[in-house]
Amino acid sequence: MAAEGLQRAFRHDRPALVTYLMTGYPDRETSLASVRAAARAGADLIELGVPYGDPLADGKTIRGAGWHALFRGVGLADALELARDFIAAEDDSPPVALMTYYNPMLRMGLDRVAEVAREAGVGGFIVPDLPVDAADEWLAASEGLDTVFLAAPTSTPERLRMVGERSSGFVYCVSALGVTGVRDGIAPGLTALVERVRAATELPVAVGFGIGTPEAAALVGSVADGVIVGSAIVARQDDPDDVERFVASLRGALG
Amino acid sequence: MSDRTREDAALGGAGYRTPDARGYYGPYGGRFVPETVMPALEELERVFDDALTDDAFLEQFGSLLADYVGRPTPLYRARRLAEAVGLGAVWLKREDLAHTGAHKINNTIGQCLLARRMGKPRVIAETGAGQHGVATATAAALLGLECAVFMGSEDIRRQSLNVYKSRLLGAEVVPVEEGARTLAEAVTATLRHWTERVEDTFYVLGSALGPHPYPRVVREFQSVIGRELLAQFDEHGIGTPDAVCACVGGGSNAIGTFHPIVTGLGEGERPLLVGAEAAGEGLDGRHGASLAKGEPGVMHGFMSYLLQDERGNPIEAHSISAGLDYPGIGPEHAYLHDLGLVRYEPVTDEEALVAFELLCRGEGIIPALESSHALALLPRLAVELGSDAVVVLTLSGRGDKDVDIVREAGLGGG
Repeated sequence: MAAEGLQRAFRHDRPALVTYLMTGYPDRETSLASVRAAARAGADLIELGVPYGDPLADGKTIRGAGWHALFRGVGLADALELARDFIAAEDDSPPVALMTYYNPMLRMGLDRVAEVAREAGVGGFIVPDLPVDAADEWLAASEGLDTVFLAAPTSTPERLRMVGERSSGFVYCVSALGVTGVRDGIAPGLTALVERVRAATELPVAVGFGIGTPEAAALVGSVADGVIVGSAIVARQDDPDDVERFVASLRGALG
Repeated sequence: MSDRTREDAALGGAGYRTPDARGYYGPYGGRFVPETVMPALEELERVFDDALTDDAFLEQFGSLLADYVGRPTPLYRARRLAEAVGLGAVWLKREDLAHTGAHKINNTIGQCLLARRMGKPRVIAETGAGQHGVATATAAALLGLECAVFMGSEDIRRQSLNVYKSRLLGAEVVPVEEGARTLAEAVTATLRHWTERVEDTFYVLGSALGPHPYPRVVREFQSVIGRELLAQFDEHGIGTPDAVCACVGGGSNAIGTFHPIVTGLGEGERPLLVGAEAAGEGLDGRHGASLAKGEPGVMHGFMSYLLQDERGNPIEAHSISAGLDYPGIGPEHAYLHDLGLVRYEPVTDEEALVAFELLCRGEGIIPALESSHALALLPRLAVELGSDAVVVLTLSGRGDKDVDIVREAGLGGG
């Protein structure tokens, strides 16, 4: 387990609030201000998105913010730098995970990514296009860092077991089929899905994709160890005060 | 992979076995997709393996290829073309004569049969030039499946005929408005849509790329081209030609041509194999030459040579031919390239247009702009191999769909 391991976010006796923000949107300074605002408002874990040119798993909101930052030249190295600056300036920063696609990591070099991430104090990585059975090289390179694999409604029992065993920090449970983005209500069958994931792991189980309001967060929080909110925060990222108010309302809903 | 395995593979023939159990061709291929679709890929692999050993499936596939597609496609000796480019003989494998006008139909019939076998009532497909979209819409109509085709809005503009054809055949055409609005974005949009509808929807992937097992599925269904060729070499008394060539975007007609030759003929009995990739405006300008100018990376679910920037983002490709306008290349081509079993050469838009016109006027065949890239290799091969050399070329499709583009380029008197 990493010294700054992601599991620290789940130490409270209420569901943890995981907030996703896009690096460099609408610009570097404002995105750093939004990360700080989210932390002030009570986020338990910061998930920092990396702009990428082929965002396979993302819906419109995150894609749009990603393209915006991408055209300004923002990439993985910038996200690592932003994480470093954020962590270094806080007395008690919440753990930070990077959410990045795999090719920017390959391009920078897996060993180098891990080294810079450790130096920055990053706790771990979430890589949506790196399924658990394709991750040997990264797991070998990333000692001291957590790697969170995703569990989906379609995952077979055998795959859930692999996800549960090879993840560290927590398991990211995808609430519904499809990509990121706010949806109405919570997915039918979510309770059963979370139970299936829980049975496959000893780690906390956080649920993401589609959660966009305090009400939805409270509902999901009643069945999961953590609630991940992304698109609804990114949509407010041009105004750090708005991010702070919104994250505080999410946090309020989780008790 | 061990050095020994690689050495065996590099000889071709029986030693060349790909992919491995995890879907790798040497270091290329694999499966890099969101977890949501991983189980569907595992299921596809099982169903495909099962189908390949099921006589009823193979018989149904074979009879559709014969009676519906019109296979085997002819191997035609193009005498005036040979004379014009200075070769002893040029033989054209006429995939342009297959139903719907290109090789794409071989694969879509196979995959739509797999969709039915898996009980999925709906298929989706990406398309660049629109040929794969038409071929998927056709197979879906034939087999009673619902069909949606994802196409970049720039390609919709360039290939309006195929858009209309797809709609006539009952398919929904979904415009993709991201990035360069071409094939790469269409692949991403289709994969993304698949993660939403994976339970009732089968993804009919059009080229020998994407996550495992797609490169292998497409190769097996397209290998009918190469298997027919090997038989036709004998029928026409060609023996072993000096060279066999094909164009390569993702690389499905090329892998269907090359793979049976690589595995069927040992070293020393194999012709020179040459693939033509799109050099667009030239390698210093905008192009789609992923082997000449790319570096290994992951995109669209697989590892291969990829045109990418220093931060690992795919770079927009360019080719006058929408079907070659792609910043990556199928993983098996990357491996064949590294092993030296196939040589890949860049061909510019301009060279392709010259070859296009040559085939129109010299043989009365209007070729697809994709296939014209392969035709442009012929004068180079004449210089290299001499005026007695015999070259076989897979003419992957016909060019009706490209007439607006070549008219814009000033051919045929505008």
